Parts: sequence; C-alpha cells; structure tokens
Amino acid sequence: MRFYEYESKALFAKHSLPMGERAVVKTKEEARAAAEKIGGPVVVKSQVLSGGRMKAGAVQFADTPDEAAEKFEHVLPIVVNGEKARSILIESKSKLVQEYFVSVTWDGRRKLPVLLFSDMGGIDIEEVAESHPEHLSRTHFSTFLPLTPRLAKEAVGKTGVTGNDLNRLTPIVFELAKLFLEYDLTLAEINPIGKLENGRFIVLDGHVDMEAEARGKHAGLLKELGIGDDETRQARPPTPFELEGARLNAVDHRGVAGNVVEFDGDLGLIIGAGGGSLTLFDAVRNHGGKPANYCEIGGNPSVGKVCNLTKLILSKPGVQKIAVMMNVVSNTRVDMVARGVIKGCIEAGKDPGEVITIFRIPGSWEEEGFKILAKHGVEFCDRSVSMYEAAGRAVAKLKAS
Amino acid sequence: MSILIRKDTPFIVQGITGREAVNLTRENLDYGAKIIGGVTPGRAGRDIYGVPVFDCVRDVVEKVGQPEGSVISVPPKFTVDAMIEALENDIKLIVVVTENIPRGEVAQAVELANLRGARIIGPNCLGIISPDEAKMGGVGGPAANTRQAYTKGPIGIMSRSGGMTTEIASTLTAAGMGQSTCVSIGGDAIVGTSYAELMPLFEADPETKAIAIYSEPGGRMEAELAEWVKEHNSRLPIVAFMAGRFMDEMKGMRFGHAGTIVEGKEDTTAEKIDRMEAAGISVAERIEEIPALLKKRLEEKGN
Repeated sequence: MRFYEYESKALFAKHSLPMGERAVVKTKEEARAAAEKIGGPVVVKSQVLSGGRMKAGAVQFADTPDEAAEKFEHVLPIVVNGEKARSILIESKSKLVQEYFVSVTWDGRRKLPVLLFSDMGGIDIEEVAESHPEHLSRTHFSTFLPLTPRLAKEAVGKTGVTGNDLNRLTPIVFELAKLFLEYDLTLAEINPIGKLENGRFIVLDGHVDMEAEARGKHAGLLKELGIGDDETRQARPPTPFELEGARLNAVDHRGVAGNVVEFDGDLGLIIGAGGGSLTLFDAVRNHGGKPANYCEIGGNPSVGKVCNLTKLILSKPGVQKIAVMMNVVSNTRVDMVARGVIKGCIEAGKDPGEVITIFRIPGSWEEEGFKILAKHGVEFCDRSVSMYEAAGRAVAKLKAS
Repeated sequence: MSILIRKDTPFIVQGITGREAVNLTRENLDYGAKIIGGVTPGRAGRDIYGVPVFDCVRDVVEKVGQPEGSVISVPPKFTVDAMIEALENDIKLIVVVTENIPRGEVAQAVELANLRGARIIGPNCLGIISPDEAKMGGVGGPAANTRQAYTKGPIGIMSRSGGMTTEIASTLTAAGMGQSTCVSIGGDAIVGTSYAELMPLFEADPETKAIAIYSEPGGRMEAELAEWVKEHNSRLPIVAFMAGRFMDEMKGMRFGHAGTIVEGKEDTTAEKIDRMEAAGISVAERIEEIPALLKKRLEEKGN
C-alpha cells in the first residue's frame, strides 16, 4: 500500500529525519500563503502515487509567492499516468552539492531485508547498478538481531563515502532501516538525500509502501496520516463495482467471494481460488473471450455470499452471461456454490439455465451440487473436463447466443 | 519413499480447536496421519477426534513425546508466536496454513528456523501430502476426496497455489501418473521453502522421477529454480505450468495470492518462462498438457 510523498514525509518527520519546510495545499491561496511563510524559492509538487511526475511537468519551481500560486494552477490539472493530483506539496527549494540514494526492500530469495545505498542519487538507480556498480552497495540485515547504526555505516562506507559525510549520512540511513522494520514496510526509499552547501544533509523525496497485511497492526499511524480504510492504493483507484464487491465480501466472514477487479468485457466470471482464478482468466482470454471481471472465491463461502456476488456481476452493464469455474476444490463445498449462483440468478430475475454458460467446480460435495444444477437446467461438468476446455465452452456459448 | 513426511511422522496441530483446524485434523487422521497432540492456550484437557489438547507445545513434548512436525492454523496476529514456539520446542518441520501474515514476521521465523536447523513450509499454503502415506495440512480436503485426486507414483509436485496442487495431481492421476510427494509451498512474497530449496530433497528421493510445478507472476523463485537446475545438473525433468499471463500487462495490480504482483520486468510470466526454458524446464500452456510433457521428458531420459 503506497503512501503519497506528503504522507511518507509526515512519517519521516515523526522520526526526525531532516527535511525542508513544507505544506500540503489544495487552493491557489493556500499555495501563495505557504510559499510566503516558507520564504525564498520553493518546489511545487503534484501529489500522485505513480512515478513519472517530473517528466509530466507536474513538478515546478517558483521564486516568489505569486509564482508559486501560478505554478500551483499549472500543476494541479496535470494528469500523471491517468492519475489526478490529490493535493500539491509546496516545499522550500534547497541548493545541493551532491545527491545520494537509499532504499530498503525485501529480498525474497534470501528472505531478508536489503539496504541499497548509492552516492550517485537523483538518477535512475538501475543505470547506476549497470554502469557504476562500485557506487551502489547492497547490505542484507537480520530481522531479529539488534539493529544498530553499524549497518548504515557499512552500507554508506562501501561506496567510498568517508569523513564528515559518512558520519552525517549514517543516522539518516539507519533511521530508514529502522522505519522499514517497525512499520512492516515493503519499500522505504529516499531519492535523493541532498548534501547542502553547509555540509548538512536533507531528505528531498521519499517513497514508502506498507504491506497491506499489516494495516490492522498500524491502524493508529494510518489514522494519524489520514489514510482511510477504503483506500486500496493499488495501481489504479478502485471502481464503484470493486468497492461494492469488497463491501459484500466483508459483510460475511465465511470464506471469500468478492475480490473483484473490473474489466470491460461481456462474460461475467465467478472463478476461484487464488491460482485457479489466474489460470481460468488466462484460459477465457486465450479462447477469445472478454471477461467482465476477475474475482476469487474460496475458503467455503456461504450461499448468501455467493448469491450476492452473482447478483453484483449480473448487474454490471454489458454482462451477457456468466461462467462459474474453479480448480478441483477441497475445502469449498460444490453444492454451496451451486446454490449460491442459482439463487443469485433467480433474484436478479434471470433463468440460471440460460445465463450460466458452464459450471465447472469438481471436488467435495460435487454430487449434491450437480443434482441441484441439473434441476435448474445448468450445464455442468466434472474434472474430466479441463479448466481450459470449460473456459472454451463458456466463450463459445456466449458467442453463439 | 517420499520427502518431508512419511506414514509415521508424528506431528501436532497448533490452534487445533479452531474451525479450520478441527476439519484438517479430522481429514489428516482419516488419511492415516499420526497426530500426537494439539495446542490451544486455555483449552488443555479437551480432545479433538481423540487428539489430546494442551496449553502449549512444551506440554505435548513433556507428556506425549517429541513431535517431528507441526501444522499451524492460528489467527494471523498469533502466527509468528506459534512459529517461534514450535521452533523453540525443537520441531523441525512447520507447515503454516494461516494467511495474511506480514512478511517481516515470516522472515523472522525463517531466520530462526535456519539457526535451529528446521524447515518452514508456507505460510498461506495447504501443506504436504505423500499419497497413501500421510498428509499434513488441508491439502486435498476430506480423505475420500484426497484419495480420488492423489495416487502414489513417481512425480513430485511443488505449487504456489494449494488448489492447483490438487488440480495437477488429479490430472496426473487421471493420466495414470501417481505422485511421490506434493508440496503446497504457499502464495506469499516470502515463504519458508522455495522450489529450489525443495529440489535437493526430491533429487535424493529414489521414488521421484520427475517434477511438475505450478507457477505465477511475482518474485524470483522461478529464476532461483532455473539457476539451481543448471548448477546441479539435476537428474529430474521438470514441467512447469505458468498461470496469470494476463498480468504482464497490468503492472502494480495484485491478483490472487499476496506474492502475485508484477512490479519489475523479472516478475513477468514472459521473463520467467524464458529463464525456465533456458534451464531446460518445459513450460506447459495448459494443465492437461503436463502428463504428456512429463512422459516425453521421461522417455528422453530412458525411463
């Protein structure tokens, strides 16, 4: 779950990382007032989650409060990778003599956090890794041995930094590593850390990602930062259809039926589970089908939950028919899913036999499930029909109708 | 033979009085597993299908004997504690069923497991099955369903998806190919044991003649497997199925398991397929192609 720059900086400020004076603004007047209070040249930065805002012109510089107000109006409407600015950050502009890069992330292979540091900050770090590997250090560290500044000193020192610079960079880099573990972050990055003319260091841009699973654990911090429970912070904001799916899923704690992602096709999908859904979504597309949604059911959802999901998908404009498919299930009961989808179709005013193209969920309680499906004239199949083949039947049936 | 578990592997269930744990205890017992105790704090003295319940793992060790393994099915916020409890009581094989655990906590437990010479499978997995011997975890569901999908034979399965472990086993069984041991390794970004870390075990198991894997976007596990296979000149042919190909176009979106997200180029299915094929791993487009590909690879080896 990604933080906006102003949220990352609020977190850094809590931990006393050195930063320039700044304010988050939403109007032209606020922008002028903020620049006035800060005094001197400022940076006017669009607050978006996606990268590439510099390239999009959504970061501008201003020498006077009037110019800051003008730049605010220029930056605010700029759409960066399809994303509108949430607010604008006005921050004092510092004159730098050098830039540094520091990032903490997980190394899934070593199963340890890794600290990356470079004395060539401000530019693409992949490029540094390729052309100047001696200027990028990689230091793994333990998640349970005491975390001490030694880690940061070694990471910084490996790139050749020494003297006062080493001693002043060490606490900043160390603090970031501590933050990473303390808040269950998946990424904590400062790029760049700037060295000022007076020899001090300052954080210029920060990027923080928190693990979605840890949101509950850090509810206090998220509240303090003003991050709402409904903010998924995925690559794009959730659609009303997706929010409704999440709401329906949360109403009932039994099983999962509602992790929906919206697509613009005509075939509604009631598919599961985690791996099965990926497999089936690929299969539908391979057969030339156009999914209206992605979803995951699993963990033995209740009849009501499956019914609500079915109704939600059938209510989506453009959905002609649905396909109900899963891998061989062990813990989800086939008969419960069958009852749920049939009930959902009927409550939506549709004939289950007409609107369900195929039901392919083999496994526990399948005989009971197949009996119910047969009674309502729904086409079903057992494990002798592959997932790929079932998806093909669904697509063919929709095309023929 | 098999890997990780055999018929008489004594293990416990931590969180045994929970709804899911009660089910898996029964399913495992019905399949022939040797569950010597269960743990739920404050519930000592009860029993679950004849399995005695204790307040802590230490009590099982003292009163019943040393378990070799543990299945952990407790709520996410208690899971790291349960993993540490098992490790500190000298349990060497820990299957973590629970999902939604922050990876920092998983990493902590894995570090400790490495120090203690123990192995963690999962989290967010369905466990391990050695067909006709025993199973540990929810894999396959009720014993009757499990027997329908899984049969004994020469193929090892490793899968990031619990459900797809059974789908692949069922497909192999229908084609007359049984399985040695099947491991649902878990769908999180950090798991206790990766494909490459299981390979030496399969390699050393005379019963295993080939491997089938289920794979998906996200992480570096396939690259690690490809490197392992090349470096060790593995005797085992491998066939991989790659799901989630549509995600290559959807950077930053999370689908399915927690570890399934395309952030960089290395996370894409296209890149993973290239790496695996370069290492001699066959990649299937569909699940139903796996048996024929395995047969072909085995014939090439003269098996």
